[in-house]
Amino acid sequence: MPRIADAFARLKAEGRAGLITYTTAGDPDLARSAEILTALDRAGADLLEIGVPFSDPVADGPVIQRATERALAAGGSLRASLQMVERIRPHVRAPIVVFSYANPLLRMGVTEFARRASGAGVDGVLALDLPIEEAGEFRETLLASGLDTIFLLSPTTTDARIRKAAELGRGFLYGISRLGVTGARDRVASGAEALVRRIRAQTAMPIALGFGISRPEHVAEVAAYADAAVVGSALVSLIAEERESPQLIEKVEAYVRWLKSASPASAHTNAHA
Amino acid sequence: MPSTITRRDPDARGYFGAFGGRFVPETLVEPVEALERAYFIAREDAAFHAELDRLLKHYVGRPTPVYDARRLAAASGGARIFLKREDLTHTGAHKINNALGQALLAARMGKRRIVAETGAGQHGVATATACALLGLDCHVYMGSEDMDRQALNVFRMRLLGAEVCRVDAGSRTLKDAINEAMRDWVSNVGDTYYLLGSVLGPHPYPLMVREFQSVIGREARAQILELTGRLPTAIVACVGGGSNAMGIFDAFIGDRDVRLVGVEAGGEAIVRGRHAARFAGGSAGVLQGTRTFVLQDEDGNIELTHSVSAGLDYAAVGPEHAWLRAMGRAEYGHVSDAEALDAFQALARLEGILPALESAHAISYAQKLAKELGPNADILVNLSGRGDKDVQSVEKALHAAHS
Repeated sequence: MPRIADAFARLKAEGRAGLITYTTAGDPDLARSAEILTALDRAGADLLEIGVPFSDPVADGPVIQRATERALAAGGSLRASLQMVERIRPHVRAPIVVFSYANPLLRMGVTEFARRASGAGVDGVLALDLPIEEAGEFRETLLASGLDTIFLLSPTTTDARIRKAAELGRGFLYGISRLGVTGARDRVASGAEALVRRIRAQTAMPIALGFGISRPEHVAEVAAYADAAVVGSALVSLIAEERESPQLIEKVEAYVRWLKSASPASAHTNAHA
Repeated sequence: MPSTITRRDPDARGYFGAFGGRFVPETLVEPVEALERAYFIAREDAAFHAELDRLLKHYVGRPTPVYDARRLAAASGGARIFLKREDLTHTGAHKINNALGQALLAARMGKRRIVAETGAGQHGVATATACALLGLDCHVYMGSEDMDRQALNVFRMRLLGAEVCRVDAGSRTLKDAINEAMRDWVSNVGDTYYLLGSVLGPHPYPLMVREFQSVIGREARAQILELTGRLPTAIVACVGGGSNAMGIFDAFIGDRDVRLVGVEAGGEAIVRGRHAARFAGGSAGVLQGTRTFVLQDEDGNIELTHSVSAGLDYAAVGPEHAWLRAMGRAEYGHVSDAEALDAFQALARLEGILPALESAHAISYAQKLAKELGPNADILVNLSGRGDKDVQSVEKALHAAHS
């Protein structure tokens, strides 16, 4: 079974929701970025999203913009990201999804990218600015290399497009809980549950929910209706704050254990009660 | 290549050949589709056009004249040079044609909050003006480097009631202002309209902006025929995103004998980071919603650009230009900072006209072309804007050159 499908099947069998982490590849530098990923896996992250640094991250808020700048300054790139995946793959249990803007992928060439990503042990790819309508050839090429194409769904996505994303996507669907760019918030957006229910009405595919998640209670709340919660900007902020510290790796690991602490087997109970 | 190109709407997915499309984050897919629907209804609506035409005539001051620049032509030593005087529009550049069209569309869509980007400040001023006129709330994103070199336009926008938002990311120029405007739009799609200033971005912007600017070419074609009794040999326009160029090219696309020449910013040299000539140093890529020619490195990161002219200082070009070039229907050259400064001064001294530094690139290229084509040729230049905003930059550049 493909690693992503396997991970969600296991979560279902265990009756719990998953935790997905997002970090920018090469932040704060390539060596520590790789260590962070293995630490996240050790701490129990159920899936690792790896952001490819790009000069113009138009869908990202300030936290991930700064991470991108640090990663680019430290030599980060699509090629370096894939090399890093190849190095850590033997030591990491969780599936790995590459999160990228379209231009680096197109610049490498979709066929070449699929070959290298698959060889490195990448499991899925999410291209932020390749909506379904632009992703046709890209998806087919990835599919042929055994890579899952993951689509984003937003509160503005129509039901018809949700159906199309479910039909064309593989692995899971990634719902973003609110409009806007990436960034942590004090609470999960009020429209998050409604979006997940809208997606659920169209498909049985696993649903991960992201944007604005930073605390165990957020994870627990999302676990009540989605299959996984994604923590991104909050984790990237922690990396930014602790990047000079010798305890960076431990702190990252502790943060993910803390996020997971409030949600043991809490899936599909009512967190609002 | 087809022997005649007539109607040039992009295909249903917004492609001009291999260029264009709609490369946007998921949240923007539905808003961009809604914009397309609203625009396609408005463009068939006689009342919409009547209102826009009324404003273009009585508020903008259209039609703008075509002027026979005899002293410039004599000094250039060859063809006659005619100037389409977009610098004489209200607010001083062609940008107002598009800003009014889109602001009317936004009001029609019930969107009262407008965001825009600006490089040289001309589109920002035009948008602030249109918003003042229509009572819309206006926020203009501008790179901090551009705010410094276009201080006068920053002040003008504020006087017009717009909020000017400083962008300190990346190269702190137009590209970064567009990123920030798109982030605002993606965060506020419910009540916000993104008033993009050039033939860039996701479909339908390249088509829509071209159509709002095509009034330039429609007027110019009739005017030049009246003045000279024939079509011009060549049309020359500067190309940043390329809206003034598309605006004047549009009416002449079917006139196969008329050469269409776009002029990019050659900056200091055609060396990475020191110019903005996408067709001289770029390759196909995706930036800010569209597939087109982009200045990028081997990893697909967008390169820094440079031009003395803020309005041309951008890493991508409108997708329809990439297509016209691929089809062989238009050709593209570049002019250096120094040459543009020379042309700026030449037009001032010979004709009493201060051109925008952007337009000075077109003037410079036209002077070279005039010599090459000889006295029997006619060149029509789109003088896209006036140069008052650039006086300080020019003074600084000339001072640096002489010290």
